[in-house]
Amino acid sequence: MTEEKINKLKETAFKVREHIINMSTDGGCFIGASLSCTDLIVYLYQSFLNLHKGNLKDEERDYLFLSKGHDVPALYGTFVELGLIEKDRLKNHLKTIDSIYWHPNRNIPGVEFHSGSLGHLPAVAIGVALDCRMKKQNNKIIVITGDGELNEGSVWESVMVASAFKLSNLTFVVDRNKFQANIATEELIPLEPLVQKFEAFGCNVQRIDGHDFTQLDKAFKTLPYSKDKPNVIIADTIRGKGLPSIEARADRWFCNFQHDEITSLVRELHGEAKTELESETLTVR
Amino acid sequence: MNYEELIKKIALEDERFVVMTAENRALIRNLPSVLKERFIDTGITEQTMIGAAAGLALRGRIPVVHALATFLTLRAFEFIRTDVGIANLPVKLSGFIPGFLSDGNGPTHQAIEDVSLMRGIPGMQVFCPADEQDMLYALSHIWTSPHPSYVRVNIRKSDFQHDKNFEIGKAEVISNGTDVTLLVYGMLFEETLKTKQLLESEGLSVGLINVRTLKPIDEKAILDAVKNSQMLVTIEDHFLTGGLYSIIAELLLKHQLTANVLPLALNERWFKPGLLSEVLNNEGFTGEKMSEKIIKELYKKTVSKI
Repeated sequence: MTEEKINKLKETAFKVREHIINMSTDGGCFIGASLSCTDLIVYLYQSFLNLHKGNLKDEERDYLFLSKGHDVPALYGTFVELGLIEKDRLKNHLKTIDSIYWHPNRNIPGVEFHSGSLGHLPAVAIGVALDCRMKKQNNKIIVITGDGELNEGSVWESVMVASAFKLSNLTFVVDRNKFQANIATEELIPLEPLVQKFEAFGCNVQRIDGHDFTQLDKAFKTLPYSKDKPNVIIADTIRGKGLPSIEARADRWFCNFQHDEITSLVRELHGEAKTELESETLTVR
Repeated sequence: MNYEELIKKIALEDERFVVMTAENRALIRNLPSVLKERFIDTGITEQTMIGAAAGLALRGRIPVVHALATFLTLRAFEFIRTDVGIANLPVKLSGFIPGFLSDGNGPTHQAIEDVSLMRGIPGMQVFCPADEQDMLYALSHIWTSPHPSYVRVNIRKSDFQHDKNFEIGKAEVISNGTDVTLLVYGMLFEETLKTKQLLESEGLSVGLINVRTLKPIDEKAILDAVKNSQMLVTIEDHFLTGGLYSIIAELLLKHQLTANVLPLALNERWFKPGLLSEVLNNEGFTGEKMSEKIIKELYKKTVSKI
């Protein structure tokens, strides 16, 4: 990937992170999980998926399913930057006049399916992948799951089924930010060795740095890894990436910041000093 | 024509249909070679099957989905509610061996809250045919409607000639009666027919309604029965909570009406497993036992009036 392309991706990701920060007040949002997958989502929409304003209903488009739905600010921020929705719409966050809230809604152009309850979209994506294959179409179907989400048995059920059906058009991407809601994954229900787990379930697996666009590009551009297996990309990421004051902190999962904290966090994103956060830490929602 | 032949015919005529199962092939054993890729067996994975059915429906398919009624409606409940229900997708659920039809399996297999669960999902339609013929008249209407649906599969044979003109939301009114109207759905229809005859041999005027479609419910047929009969009897192999008795109660309240209703259902308990004939006898759901209960209730009502 060229330097120019990488810089463009970085530029978009930067703006998306600003949108996410701005959505983490007046009711707040799941900022940590949104920031961890921002680079991944920006990469996919800007440089990989055959999906744009003009083909949202096209049968041969690529599909992205956000199974860890609580990171939807990253998706909506990306949609704004790529022109799928108006920037002003983000101001409707948590207002009932629109459909922008803590989890994805299909009324927003570009959202393929609603989510919020974990462990659902791997199954839904299997249905889509089966139909694309039956119709001999070459769509790529991507499902982003959280790592905490891998606690759900239905994820593994679906991985087994995808494997049995040899769905090489289907790719599970794990946003491996090492945290579930309130605690580090390895302290609660250890997931490692994760590569071996997916391999044992019959998948081709790659593990990459989910904040490195060159690595992302290499992993996605070489899909499918073979003709007879589903693909898994484990993207190692940092929860809260871009904001040192909340990065990899178990107590900064769902955040509802004060307005002056938002201003300071945006400055922090631009490289200024860490924000002194005073707002209540919310660990349960 | 049987269930399998019907689904085969419809699927061969219409490419949108896919047949899915969580490894319950009892009704669709011969379809894999006919439907090829459009026969999808996901193994014993009710949740993944329903999620995948939603995905297929997103792409314009009409999935007809098979599993035992309990595992379908309970194991996969949240997937039905969240993936099929919220998106209002035309996924067609076929629940095998519902209610008493699980006979000797035991409480793990007793789908006797399925009507309650499925009708609680916005947009979901619920159908409980009386026997195979009644079901076959209904299925093509159900499967081609744009709504998600749940069918209590019933492949029991009967000589009874049902009204061919199945309509979603329309009950089959078999007779009107002034003394008592029997409201029944599903496999208990057969025993209820016997109950009707026994009550008539006692000189009573007996109405009988095959409710067929539990949601949407036929309000008119039921309100007519309330108006014209001294007493209603709801007959169901379902928990007392959430099934037909509840539907009637909701309907009466909605119209600010009251009525004498005798519920025959399973009150806060699972039924004792055994061969179907044993179960019906033990639980008091044979034609004879139901008519005895009804006569006793009618007598009580008459005495209290004197």
